[in-house]
Amino acid sequence: MSPVAVTANDVSKRFRLYHEKHQSLKERVLHAGRNPYEDFWALRHVSFEVLEGQTVGILGRNGSGKSTLLKCVSGILTPTEGEVRLRGQLAALLELGAGFQPELSGRENVYMNASLLGLSTRDVDKRFDEIVAFAELEQFIDNQVKFYSSGMYVRLGFAVAVNVEPDVLVVDEVLAVGDERFQRKCLGRIKEFQRDGRTILFVTHAADLVRQICDRAVVLGTGEMLGEGPPGEAIRLFREHLRMLGEGQDIAVPGGAVAVADPLVRITAVDVEHPGTGSRPHLLPGEPMTVSVRFEAERPVGDLVFWLSIFSPTGDLVFGVDTQVLEVPFDAPAGAGACDFRFDSVPLLDGAYPMSIGVRSSDGSVVYDEREVRFEIVNPGRVLGSVALPVHAEVRAVTLQ
Amino acid sequence: MTDIQTGPEAGPAPHAPAAGPAAPDDDELLPLAVRQARAALRGPKAERVVAGRVHLPSRLRELWRNRELFVFLVRKEIKVKYKNSALGFLWSMLNPALTLLVYFVLFGYFLKNGIPLFVIYLFSAMLAWNLFQTAVMSGTIAIVSNSGIVKKVAFPREILPLASVGSAFMFFFFQSIVLVAFLVVFRHAPAWSELWLLVPAIAALLLFASAVSVFLAAVNVYFRDTQHLVEVLLVAWFWGVPGVYAFSGHIHDALAKHHILWIYLMDPMTPIVMTFQRVFFNVSHAYSTQPPHALLPVMATYGTHWYVAANLIIIAVSVVLLLVAMVVFGRLEGNFAEEL
Repeated sequence: MSPVAVTANDVSKRFRLYHEKHQSLKERVLHAGRNPYEDFWALRHVSFEVLEGQTVGILGRNGSGKSTLLKCVSGILTPTEGEVRLRGQLAALLELGAGFQPELSGRENVYMNASLLGLSTRDVDKRFDEIVAFAELEQFIDNQVKFYSSGMYVRLGFAVAVNVEPDVLVVDEVLAVGDERFQRKCLGRIKEFQRDGRTILFVTHAADLVRQICDRAVVLGTGEMLGEGPPGEAIRLFREHLRMLGEGQDIAVPGGAVAVADPLVRITAVDVEHPGTGSRPHLLPGEPMTVSVRFEAERPVGDLVFWLSIFSPTGDLVFGVDTQVLEVPFDAPAGAGACDFRFDSVPLLDGAYPMSIGVRSSDGSVVYDEREVRFEIVNPGRVLGSVALPVHAEVRAVTLQ
Repeated sequence: MTDIQTGPEAGPAPHAPAAGPAAPDDDELLPLAVRQARAALRGPKAERVVAGRVHLPSRLRELWRNRELFVFLVRKEIKVKYKNSALGFLWSMLNPALTLLVYFVLFGYFLKNGIPLFVIYLFSAMLAWNLFQTAVMSGTIAIVSNSGIVKKVAFPREILPLASVGSAFMFFFFQSIVLVAFLVVFRHAPAWSELWLLVPAIAALLLFASAVSVFLAAVNVYFRDTQHLVEVLLVAWFWGVPGVYAFSGHIHDALAKHHILWIYLMDPMTPIVMTFQRVFFNVSHAYSTQPPHALLPVMATYGTHWYVAANLIIIAVSVVLLLVAMVVFGRLEGNFAEEL
């Protein structure tokens, strides 16, 4: 039986929202008893378990209580009801560089911040160079932090925090900071944590990130738990929730605006075929690929549009297409059908590429179904990068006259 | 189909999504069982309740576990205070020395109270009082002024007001150097045989200041007036302590006449300050510096045992107060992050 690392047991958190905040004694005395406030439940009866070693995402839009939940888990806030149990040491990355003293040097702040996060001086001594190298601040480590740029500040904050090596890591949307290269580095570090068997609790509203690194996800909507499950399922739930709130704009529907979910057409299977199908699970760069989408329509539906979007491993859109763009209109009769996307060549290099495949109405107002499938490319060669551009080299001597 | 030159064709590419050690840039999730096995290698972990009421013993354990943080916070407070000033650290000694000089001139030449070496009488009191005042004033605002970390990082928050007491204690040390310098300059010997009385007195002072600071730090989060109120109260409180005036003589007699001397001595700061004077000033009666040079009672004439008993009582009471303060702090702590 695998041990449970984090248990949230019927956690509720109430905030008192005062219409007028009376923070001084005089005001409190004057307004005693008739202090207008509203109770606001930021969290209501949230229960979940995270097994040791699992990476669990917490999905929710702004104001859904994700951050409150993380604060309760990390012990910054005390829940009004319920309790949170933890096994092992916890580090929370809620804000990078929280508690940095601008007047002190980077070096002093590293020790101070690490100690705040529960790392002993001896441990910092051992890892100091690693921390500084990760933050790429070798040159500036003895400068006062107040002279740092915001990027440097955040880098140092992250470098310290990830060196705490906790059993449970709690990450708020801190990955959205820094330049892209540093973001990738942070993500890499988090994956390293994951491979070490550390438990990660991860707050985000970026569905792609959840798909990429989480084992499971918990979906929160205005303080209540909407559900939990494997990433794909949780993301679907999250998107459905957004649609219900009329925030469907968040769904990437090529060409569509606000979409409504309608189970009239169901995708039953998506198959990815390539020359190596059956012998190896991955493609080689430049190989052809066919994505067959099999579907079932409850009754005849006019103007179906199938879409396919390929994302990079980091979640960027690499390629997006649909049958409308390809000018293949389709009116579905009731019953089963299939739509094939045939690629003559997929000139991508190493990586697992998630694909979003779906079917919608031609005006984009209805999304019938959506699936996430991934395919993998393994590059046996030695070229680097993400796209296999066709290239030839020619070297020759040019004799100067 | 595009012809891509991707180098020598490898046979079936090394594709091992399962147990094998994953390459750093592998995007496939390592199976949970493998990760769990790795987690288990790090040994058993203690389970604890992070949210909900944390009881006093575990709070104390947490504090002890974070003692290094305490040291860092004390060091930070001292460093930050004098950063960017030319004389820097020296100010912590220069400041009391200059203040003392003012008092020396004031009481020596203008407001003549007749106590010989009044500077030393006053400064022994000030030494103890300054520690208390600095600790309580910075302790009261410790949580509010560190709201940045209180809202974002989990750590035992009592450590903030306690660190204020800690750094006040450091300044106390620098100031005692000034006192020693004054003793040397005025060729005044402290009571060598009773020097050890300082140990219980300092312990009592630190414990009492900690109790007050921890309590006020928590209260100040909810009532921000506390910090202003405390400032005023401390000024008033100082006059309840024999520093600027002699304890024996008028004060003692007037209080004793109305049978309220015990109230005066109930103030924990009074016996503490008196202990400091007993050790450093050590003159119970002196001939006034003012004509007609009559014999002045200056300090209480209690014996050593009185000082020991008084300080031990304060220590015992302060320990209880500190524990009570920590319980109150624990109750109020749950909403710090939202009140700040």
